[in-house]
Formats: sequence, C-alpha cells, structure tokens
Amino acid sequence: MVMNGSKALAESLLREGVKDLFGITGGAIMNLMHQLFEFEEIRVITARHEQCAAHMAEGYAVASGEVGVCFATSGPGATNLVTGIADAFLDSRPIVAITGQVPTSLVGNDAFQEADIIGATMPMTKANFQFHRVKDIPLLTKMAFKIAKTGRPGPVLLDFPKNIQIGEEHVEFPTDIEISGYNPTLKGHPRQIKRISKVLKQAERPIMIAGGGTISAMANNEVLELAEMLGLPVINTLMGKGIIPETHPLSLGMAGMHGHMCANSVINQADLIFAVGMRWSDRITGKLEYFAQEATIVHVDIDSAEIGKNVGVHYPIVGDAKIVLRQIIEELKKLDVTQPMSWMQKVKQLKERCQCNIPLTDIQPIKPQQVMRLLREHIDSKTILTTGVGRNQMWAAHYLRVYGPRKFVTSGGLGTMGFGFPAAIGAKVAKPDHWVVDVDGDGSFLMTQQELATSVIEDIPVTVIILNDQALGMVRQWQNLFFEERYAVTDLGPKGFEKRVPDFAKLAEAFGANGILVERVSEIGPAIKEAKESDVTTVIDVQIDRSENIYPHMPSGAKLEEIIPCPPWMEAG
Amino acid sequence: MAGIINENSSIEAVGPHIITFLVEDRPGVFAKVTGLIRRRNFNIEKITVGPTHIEKVTRMTFLIKADEATLEQVVKQLNKMVEVLRITELKPKDCVIRELALIKISTSDQQERNEAMQFSNIFRGNILDVSPTSLTVEITGDSEKIDAFLELTKRFGIIEVARTGITALSRGSDPRPRGVDMMKLLDYE
Repeated sequence: MVMNGSKALAESLLREGVKDLFGITGGAIMNLMHQLFEFEEIRVITARHEQCAAHMAEGYAVASGEVGVCFATSGPGATNLVTGIADAFLDSRPIVAITGQVPTSLVGNDAFQEADIIGATMPMTKANFQFHRVKDIPLLTKMAFKIAKTGRPGPVLLDFPKNIQIGEEHVEFPTDIEISGYNPTLKGHPRQIKRISKVLKQAERPIMIAGGGTISAMANNEVLELAEMLGLPVINTLMGKGIIPETHPLSLGMAGMHGHMCANSVINQADLIFAVGMRWSDRITGKLEYFAQEATIVHVDIDSAEIGKNVGVHYPIVGDAKIVLRQIIEELKKLDVTQPMSWMQKVKQLKERCQCNIPLTDIQPIKPQQVMRLLREHIDSKTILTTGVGRNQMWAAHYLRVYGPRKFVTSGGLGTMGFGFPAAIGAKVAKPDHWVVDVDGDGSFLMTQQELATSVIEDIPVTVIILNDQALGMVRQWQNLFFEERYAVTDLGPKGFEKRVPDFAKLAEAFGANGILVERVSEIGPAIKEAKESDVTTVIDVQIDRSENIYPHMPSGAKLEEIIPCPPWMEAG
Repeated sequence: MAGIINENSSIEAVGPHIITFLVEDRPGVFAKVTGLIRRRNFNIEKITVGPTHIEKVTRMTFLIKADEATLEQVVKQLNKMVEVLRITELKPKDCVIRELALIKISTSDQQERNEAMQFSNIFRGNILDVSPTSLTVEITGDSEKIDAFLELTKRFGIIEVARTGITALSRGSDPRPRGVDMMKLLDYE
C-alpha cells in the first residue's frame, strides 16, 4: 500500500491495539494528528503539559497492563516528555513516546524547535529510533511496542521528522518480528530451579520480598500459591504493593526506609531471603554492610544486570517472575514440603505487635494517618490508588491496603513530584469503571494541577486527596530529624499562614471541578464519600498537622535496626 | 574519551579485561555505548571500532580495567542494549591480540637514525616517513611490544605517538571464543 508516513504510523498504532493517546500537538507533529483525526478507534487526549502526558501514559500502562502511548511536538514538547520517560525507565513501565522532529534536511542545523531528543533520551529509554524512511515505520513501530512491553518493560521513543510524516511510500505491515539483539530470558534454568527449590524447602526462617517485577509479570497467583505452600511471609517493596491482598495473614507490608517495622525486622531475622523482581534499591536495604548478614539470598529477576548489582546473591536465576515461580512450585510439589511452624508463629506475633491503632478523635490539626484510616474503609477491589512523592506517598504506602496488583501506582525510582494526578487520569482512562484516588501532597499536586482542565474537559473524573501541610514535607521531616530543625526553603505557605496559597478547593472550582476544604476529622469521611460518588473530579484539601512525621523512619545509610518507630500518640490510642 | 576515565573511582582497577562485541551499524550506537560507560563510571583503557564481514555489523573491542564485579556489570549492561548482538570476554591466552602504533622519533644525526632503524627492524616495524630530523615507524603487535619499543627509543626523543587500541579474535575456527562466553554466563548455569 502507498501511504504517507503519518498514516503508516497511525495504522501501526491501530494494529498494536492502541486505543488512547496522551499528548499535546504542535508544528512538528500536527501531520500525524491530522491523520489520526480520521481514526475513530483511537482517542487523542490533550494534556496541558507534556510531562503529564507521559505520566498519563504510565498510569494507563500500570492500570491496564498494556503499553501507554504519549506524544509531543519537537523541541520543548519533546524535552518536556523527558521527566516522564525517565520515570517510566526507573520504574520499568511500558510506554511508547512519539515525538515530532524537524525535517531531516534541517536535523542538526539548530532549526526552530529542534532538540536532539534521541541523544537526550539515550540513557533513559530501552531503545529509541528516528524514522528515516516511510517504509521503515511499520517495522520500527512494531519493534518499539515489543521492546517496551516484553522482558523488563520500559519506555521506547520514536522520533518522527516532519518530512517523513508527509512523505509517501509503499509500506508493508509485518505481523511477527524478531529482533536479533533482543531476546529476554523468560524460563528459569532447570538445574537452578532444582537447587532453589531445595534451599526453599530446607530454610528454617524463609521470607519472600516481592518487587515491581512480580506485578509487571502478573505473578500474583504464583506468589500467593508459593507463599501458602511454604508458609512464606510476603514482604513487598513500594513497587510490589498489592501483589497479594494486603489483608492476607502472610502479607507483612512494605520493607525499607519507611516500611513496616515487622517487615524490616523479619528481613533481619530470616535465614533465607527469596527476592523476586526487585532491585535492592538503597531505600530497601539501608547500609549494605549490615543488610541481612546471615541470610542466604535467592534472587529472581528478568534483568540479569540486576543480579549481583547491589547485593551479593547466592542463588541467582534469570527469568520472568511468573514463569520461574510456576517452575519452582511444580518442582516443590515433587518434594515433601513442610511449613516452618515456629517461624510462622513468630512472624505472626511480630505482625500483631506491628498493628498501629489510629484513633479517630477530633485532633486539631488533623493527623494524616487519620485520613488514611478513613480512606482505607472506602477502598475495595475496584479502587486504584496513585500518589504524589514525599510523605503523602509514604503514608499511602504504609497505611492503605490494596487488594491486587496494578492497583497502586506510584513513582518509586525517580520519585517524581507531580506524578500522582496525571497518573490517576491515565489509570482512569484505562479502567473507567474503577474509582481512582490520587493521594497527594500540596507541593506535588501543584506541580501538575493544570491537568484539572484535562480531567474536566475530557470527562475523566478522579478523586484527589491533598494532605496539605503547606510544606515540602519530606524534606522538612529530614530537617526536623537530622538538620537541627533549620527549615530552609521548605515552607510553601505565606508567612504566618493567614491565607491559603493556593486555596485548592477554589482552584478546583475555577477549572469546573469539585473542591472541598477539610479542617476537622469529622469532615473527612463525608468528603471522601462525596468524591467517590461524584461524576466530576473532586479535590479534597485536607489541612494536616505539618509537624507530623512519617514513621517508621530509617535514616539514609543506616542499618535496618536503626529505625525510628511509630509516633507515641498512635500507640496510646 | 574525556569523561570516561574516572580517576577518583573507588573501584580497585584490576585486569585488564578484553571485551569484544558485535553491534548493529546504526547512527548513535557508538554514542550510546560510550554514554552507558560514562554513566556507570566504568574505566576504559582502549577502544577499537571497525566493520566486520557481515553487512551492517560492527565490532567493538574494549580494554577495561575493572574488578570482576564491575566487569560483570559492564557486560550485562551492554548486553541489554538492543543494538548489541553478542558480547564476549576474551582471555589473553585464548585469543590473538594486535595493536598498531605510529611513532615519530626525533633523529638529530646519521648515527641516531641508523640506530632507530635497527630497532625498527628488530621489532619488524615499517619506516613510513623520513625527514632530516625525524623518522616515523609503524609497529604492530601486542601492547607490551609497543610499550617496549617506546621505552627503547625514548632516549632519541619521541615527537608524537598514535596508537590504535587493541583488536582481538579468538583462536581456532570457532567464532565463539574458548574463553568465558558471557552469553552462557548470563543463563547462570
């Protein structure tokens, strides 16, 4: 078929099953948009900032398990995407970013709105391609989607020069492709499976740490089956939240700097750590020399480069989490497996001691934990949570329970403030029948608040709960704990705090969204209920106690035991 | 290659290791490889790049000073690149290694020139250029041979040196070297 480049790309997107695109048009991508105008199957959602378009694609990707697609024009449009691309790279989210580019004759000439986006995104994409011929478009697009979603998922960028968008050529659409330099290992090595099964069987105090890789692979059934088979306590990383229902007796919650005490304590007592799809980030391990000294470490990951990168591993295995766990389960079925009863008992006791009681008394100002407790009651299996970055994120991760994978969307690796709201919009587009709640901070939300326009105009209603401490709270907490209480440049409110800057409820209303100001504990529940039932985006501005820190807190570079535990007011209640 | 050599690297430099890999011949691949190496603070001593007999496939050969753990990371990270088709570490005893150097020696008189030419002959060098005050010699061999020649001729005064970096192939007919094959190592068997 002879067609122009724009149509070839649009047709390729359709063949990949793309239904939604997020982005902002511009001079160097308008030809593609012009073509997409006649593709009724593809909805183009106009964001108000390209960074948000990328985060929307990420939210969409996590919620749906499909590739999220975002686009931008050349130059500033493309560079604005970079933060979102970097975020997707560190959290292994499958997105394809399409950028317009100046005509090939002008590339390298510093033309108007030219940016070397291929050069810029090299270290933060799994792969990137610039189209040089119309006839290459179908193949390269198919490669982009395959690379983005297979193996360890990640972002891929396609740079689309304007003359290639317009140029016409005969094109063919491949159905199946092989990429010679790209062949992810999916199945675990049989002999290593045997060895690992044996160590798992012999362990006296085993635990499992499930990371984001278990969710990418949708290994939730396998994780649960293996945990129940071996009596394995399951600890999750931030990215692994929801891999098994958090109400399950074997779920111990999150590990790491702001993780659950019982989770961190169990890690240090274990004789076997069975780590699946996680990358031993410094926020999990604390100081490496003191991390799980005694334990034998088994590490399953699809990316061989993660194995041995940070922590020495005794039994590594490369493969897809779902497939490898299934292999191990089958192998264990052949062995006579018994559960380590005394260890399980001990873990159970630790978990019981770890339960914090959050009183709902009328404390002024409101404690953020109280908001979390009340929100928790509204969360069900059809709720998707997203978060900003900072204390709001850690409170959400710590106190909220989700009931399955792909229900908790957060910026873990890059820690991108402003992620929560656009990610919520993307998730809602992917799952319109779900209630999507963004637990955000005032600092985070303000970075991407302009997407209120997108959510109202495109009719994508989500709930935003701002834990408003009028500060860059996480940094403030560090200043409080480790910087002699010198609060340098972390206040976001005006001097004396007489006025609200901004008044988030009014801000929401200015966009045609619903805004609710909450200042008393008794107002939290009704506000959440109203937001859940509303068919327009609702922003709940909760004025919280700015001096309330997120605990537990393990100081950076400390041992896991050096954790600062829960605040006393909670235990007292 | 400024920026690649990290003098303050805390990693104890051990080695050197030779890694050789085949990459797709596309614009930007070399930039991506070197960018990856810069980002992760790996130390590279020598780089050689050139086409192979296969169309659109380029061979890159790096000499890296690194401990085993760092080397493993370099290889794994490079292997992850879609453009990298195959990567292997070559052990010196299992491969042939060559480097080429052009050395411009200052020769003030007849006697010095004769002496330099004698050394060049002993090292099986080629004289490429002669002027009344200088002599340019081409030496091919392993790096130690070139180092030895430089050591021997430095008393004449060396004006300029251009070295290519090393290139290497495994011994025998098997295209996969008998040394450690990283692709196999990655399967963890």
